[in-house]
Amino acid sequence: MSPRRASRRRLVVVGNGMAGARLVENVVHHAPERFDITVIGAEPGGSYNRILLSGVLAGDRSPTEIVTHETDWYAANGVGLRAGEAAIAIDRAQRTVATDAGAAVPYDALVLATGSHPIILPVPGATLEGVVTFRDLRDVRRMVVASGAGGRAVVIGGGLLGLEAAEGLRRRGMAVTVVHLMPFLMERQLDEPAAALLRESLAQRGVAVVLSAETMAVTGAARASGVSLKDGRSLPADLVVMAVGIHPNADLARAAGLTCRRGVLVDDGLGTSDPAVFAIGECVEHRGRSYGLLGPIWEQAQVLAGRLAESDEATYPGSAVATSLKVTGIDVYSVGEFAMTAGSEEIVLEDCGRGAYRKLVIEQDRLRGAVLYGDVADGGWYFELIRAGGAIGTMRDGLIFGRTFARRAGDDKRPPPLGVAEVAAS
Amino acid sequence: MDGTDAASTRQAAIRTTCPYCGVGCGILAAPDRQDGATIVGDPDHPANRGRLCSKGAALGETLSLDGRLLHPEMHGRRTDWHTALQAVADGFQRIVATHGPDAVAFYVSGQLLTEDYYVANKLIKGFIGTANIDTNSRLCMASSVAGHRRAFGSDTVPGTYEDLEQADLIVLVGANLAWCHPVLYQRIAAAKAQRPGLRVVVVDPRSTATCDTADLHLPLRPGSDVLLFNGVLAALARDGRVDRAFVAVATENFEAALSAAVVTAGDVAAVAAGCDLDTGDVARFFALFAATERVVTVYSQGVNQSSCGTDKVNAIINCHLATGRIGRPGMGPFSVTGQPNAMGGREVGALANQLAAHMDFDRPDDVDRVGRFWRAPHIATRPGLKAVDLFHAVEAGRIRALWIMATNPVVSMPEADQVRRALHRCDLVVVSDCMRTTDTAGLAHILLPALAWGEKDGTVTNSERCISRQRSFLSAPGEARPDWWMLAETAKRLGFGEAFAYRSPADIFREHAALSAFENDGRRDFDLGGLATIDDAAFDALAPVMWPVPVDPAGARARFFADGRFYTANHRGRFVPVRPRPPANAPDGQFPLALNTGRTRDQWHTMTRTGKSPRLSLHAPEPLLDIHPADAAAGGLADGALARLRSRWGEALARVRLSPEQRRGVAFMPMHWNDQFAGAARVNAVINPVVDPISGQPEFKHTPIRVTPFAARWYGFALARRRPELDGIGYWVASLSDGFWRHDLAGEEPPADAWRTLRAALHRAGAGEWAQYRDATIGRYRGALVCRGRLEACLFVGPTPNLPPIDWLAGLFRAKSLSDEQRAALLAGQSGVGTVAAGPVVCACFGVGRLTIRAAITQHGLTTTAAVGAALQAGTNCGSCLPEIRALLAAVPAEAAD
Repeated sequence: MSPRRASRRRLVVVGNGMAGARLVENVVHHAPERFDITVIGAEPGGSYNRILLSGVLAGDRSPTEIVTHETDWYAANGVGLRAGEAAIAIDRAQRTVATDAGAAVPYDALVLATGSHPIILPVPGATLEGVVTFRDLRDVRRMVVASGAGGRAVVIGGGLLGLEAAEGLRRRGMAVTVVHLMPFLMERQLDEPAAALLRESLAQRGVAVVLSAETMAVTGAARASGVSLKDGRSLPADLVVMAVGIHPNADLARAAGLTCRRGVLVDDGLGTSDPAVFAIGECVEHRGRSYGLLGPIWEQAQVLAGRLAESDEATYPGSAVATSLKVTGIDVYSVGEFAMTAGSEEIVLEDCGRGAYRKLVIEQDRLRGAVLYGDVADGGWYFELIRAGGAIGTMRDGLIFGRTFARRAGDDKRPPPLGVAEVAAS
Repeated sequence: MDGTDAASTRQAAIRTTCPYCGVGCGILAAPDRQDGATIVGDPDHPANRGRLCSKGAALGETLSLDGRLLHPEMHGRRTDWHTALQAVADGFQRIVATHGPDAVAFYVSGQLLTEDYYVANKLIKGFIGTANIDTNSRLCMASSVAGHRRAFGSDTVPGTYEDLEQADLIVLVGANLAWCHPVLYQRIAAAKAQRPGLRVVVVDPRSTATCDTADLHLPLRPGSDVLLFNGVLAALARDGRVDRAFVAVATENFEAALSAAVVTAGDVAAVAAGCDLDTGDVARFFALFAATERVVTVYSQGVNQSSCGTDKVNAIINCHLATGRIGRPGMGPFSVTGQPNAMGGREVGALANQLAAHMDFDRPDDVDRVGRFWRAPHIATRPGLKAVDLFHAVEAGRIRALWIMATNPVVSMPEADQVRRALHRCDLVVVSDCMRTTDTAGLAHILLPALAWGEKDGTVTNSERCISRQRSFLSAPGEARPDWWMLAETAKRLGFGEAFAYRSPADIFREHAALSAFENDGRRDFDLGGLATIDDAAFDALAPVMWPVPVDPAGARARFFADGRFYTANHRGRFVPVRPRPPANAPDGQFPLALNTGRTRDQWHTMTRTGKSPRLSLHAPEPLLDIHPADAAAGGLADGALARLRSRWGEALARVRLSPEQRRGVAFMPMHWNDQFAGAARVNAVINPVVDPISGQPEFKHTPIRVTPFAARWYGFALARRRPELDGIGYWVASLSDGFWRHDLAGEEPPADAWRTLRAALHRAGAGEWAQYRDATIGRYRGALVCRGRLEACLFVGPTPNLPPIDWLAGLFRAKSLSDEQRAALLAGQSGVGTVAAGPVVCACFGVGRLTIRAAITQHGLTTTAAVGAALQAGTNCGSCLPEIRALLAAVPAEAAD
């Protein structure tokens, strides 16, 4: 450990998830000498990649494989880690954070990266044994154990997490039914045709999907034994997974009197209503939006690290959002705004025979959103186009066919149409 | 094909005659025992000596049974021959009994064989008792017939094709030989190559491919031919070139004709002004004509299809009579016919104003003679109704039963929508045809399946009076039968069995020959007496022979009238004084342009046969309206845009092609397209029903029109293995490509609606799944119908008429299964990298495209057609495309210099 210097400021990061760990890594990288850093993390051990939990559930990876920062890493970089210790209060006047271990950790700058809570439906039986969420390694372990005996699982929620959970449980040998409130799957990322392809693909591998289905209760005496729906149906279940969404975990900030709405309110510098307190990740609300995806968190971590290091005055303008569904053999990619509004235009490519579908949304000659199903190779390119925000111009005609075609279409000088071309010199 | 194959082909080949134009080329046809045949030119036939044009060379591709009518039908339902023929006989009998014989009619065709023609003519004129039989030759030859008869007293073509090789000046008037009589054009081109002193003058308002070989092109004002040839006659007199001895001994009425010529065209400058020609060019032409003894004036539809067509013919003949340049080697007026057997029809007399075998109603002895020969119970004694009048009589209810044979008047008649109305109103419409679905067949009550070319057997006569055999080399499909058989069977059911007990075409031919010789004694030009007793084997083996063939071989001769003996009452050739008059309907403020019509190089008539050949269809997949750029600009028309043509009689749609060679004020559109191949391109619906007062031939070459932009909101293409029904689409043109139908499309409705309609139509025609692209804002849609990986159809709709290279698309249709890359490229509307577009086909024989030829010229520095031929084969077979290749050779260096 390097010797403490009076000039060093104390940076405390609450939350050792992907946002917190990423921020720390960036700060260490940008300004290794500027801060004494302490990370407070409620989960034991280092930080892991939550995105890959579905791979662990599916059995493609072991829990150790998804760890991004071992506890050694913190030590090696002079970062203090309080793992397995939850922050329970902030004293903004004293500039300390109280932990459930009884510590009061002082700070000059505080970053909240407290993540989100999984939403638990307020229905009877929601707290029964055998009802789990899909949020962390502990949830995954419970599902893996429950699936050991085979049996039936009902996953409530046909969004990204729910479908990944469903596919993971199927591969562990359970008979899985997905119950979804909306008329089509992944409605926040997909449009209806893409969702239909997805549903068909899931059906082919044996995942049943019940759409427009509102869950009224989890049934069962001691343990969950089923789910009953508003239309009167009841689905038997040995395991119930609630994957109906997340909401920002702003508990600590709210209790400390920081301005919060749905999440901790931050400005473009990712500062809260207290100049000494910052927030990033799923717990924040920025320009009215909260993000549950990796890309925006990376961007926030980078911007905030730069500002803390005083190496720049970078600001965070919000993110374009790209989503991939991590289900082996089902390629889905979604980026940007694709809900149709007045003034937006769509370009659609459907090749259902090949299980391929693409939709691009254009506004004022700029790409705003893309949904890809089947062949997602160009997703990254569309993401870049959306972020760059440039005019599409002559690329429009080939745009949906990907980078190669779009460039060609832009250059292409077509021969004149047949019949119009000189048919015969007469 | 290697030498062995060629030899075996010749052994198995059957000699027959081409079914297209009036050149009448000999063909060797070797059936391939599938659907087609190997076709080569007959090296021994005098018309072509082995040559063929692009259409003739592609005949083997047109023999499939697709679309054939194979069984009799009544009211859309299949029936048997007896029932159908009994219904025909009963219908005709009932109407004759109630309304008289003039209430029935036959409308026949230059596609019929002479034997079919003969039986039709005999049945209606001798037995039913009316002369209401007219032929579609009325539309192409009637003015020549009338002109011949006024001048010669008979419908006689005086010369032979060899005159073209022996002439020192060939004047081509209103005849685009390069496209319409390509083998004659090749003979002229070959003669000119051998004997560069041969001069060729083209007289045609249009600059056509034929001008390629011309020393002088006179692009005269439409319809001003009489003025020009009156000018020639006046100039001949001025220059002292009149053959006074011949005129005095062998002709009459010279002074009147000359006087009319001098009054109307005595001054070169006035002629030039009247014809809108350069005075120097006119003077050069007059001098050339005057100074050249051996001159042949070849003329065709530009002369005939006019309200003064007969006068034009006589204006030309006057010049030849005045100089005595007629019936001698290398000299004479020469009408070339449009159809394979227009001449045969004239010989049997199957026109309403002819009787039979060059005998006429205006000679009472003839009527009596024919009546006796036929033992006819009801011989017609006066002319019947000519085509245009005939269909008006049908509409008016004066004709109530009509039998249409081997022709398609709903497409080919002027004011064609009138014909449609007439057939709708007619009590009994019988159509005998080889095709099931034509614009005319769709209006028939009774459909009778006829034999097609390759199946039927008999004779035809070409433009030089040469009778050739058409022989069958394919078996009769389904229940199809010869036309003569249907007519004879109908005659039996009408109670005339004895006079129609023919067993074979040979039987009929002998009777036809005997009639021509009956009480002839040299009084009539047409005499086949020497063939009247030909036996069946000799008929089968009959070699091409030019008439006359009198009993006494001493009376045979190659040419007529050099002896100064004509077939008029006093045996003198008659000059006809003619005065120029403009086309009947002049353009005006409302209809400011004149519409001219004609053929394209690789289509024939209403496309029922040529439409089956992908190679031929590629030359011009769509009907194009050629228009001068200034006229187009005035009408707001862009090159490649669609336009609506309107006249007082009807309308049509076509794609605009800006053509600086086109005369100002005159547009041109081809005549072929019809409702089977296009949504609204029957150009004859636009044509005025004006006829020549003497010949009754319609003025197809001049109708005032207005051309306005067709306000397409979308353009499209549909390519499909199986032909879809495209009802409800504003503009569509179908053409057969290699393995798929191509449709060029456009419409005025929102593109999204068109997309849905078209997609549904294609899906009805073919099974599979759609892969599709849509950008509704732009209005661009592309789709591919794929069945088990194989491309069934593809559809492109967009704001501009662009299509990826057709040869690339054809490759996708050939593929057993589309790769992902091909699938994406198809929907992207982009060919794969490295594909080279061939462009529209120039050489139909070898399928060589315009872009390929241009590339070869540029890359290899080619400068001659021979070099292009050596590099690409293009132009080395039929030679029909040589003018186009020459134009490319001329254009490429010029473009490179730009």
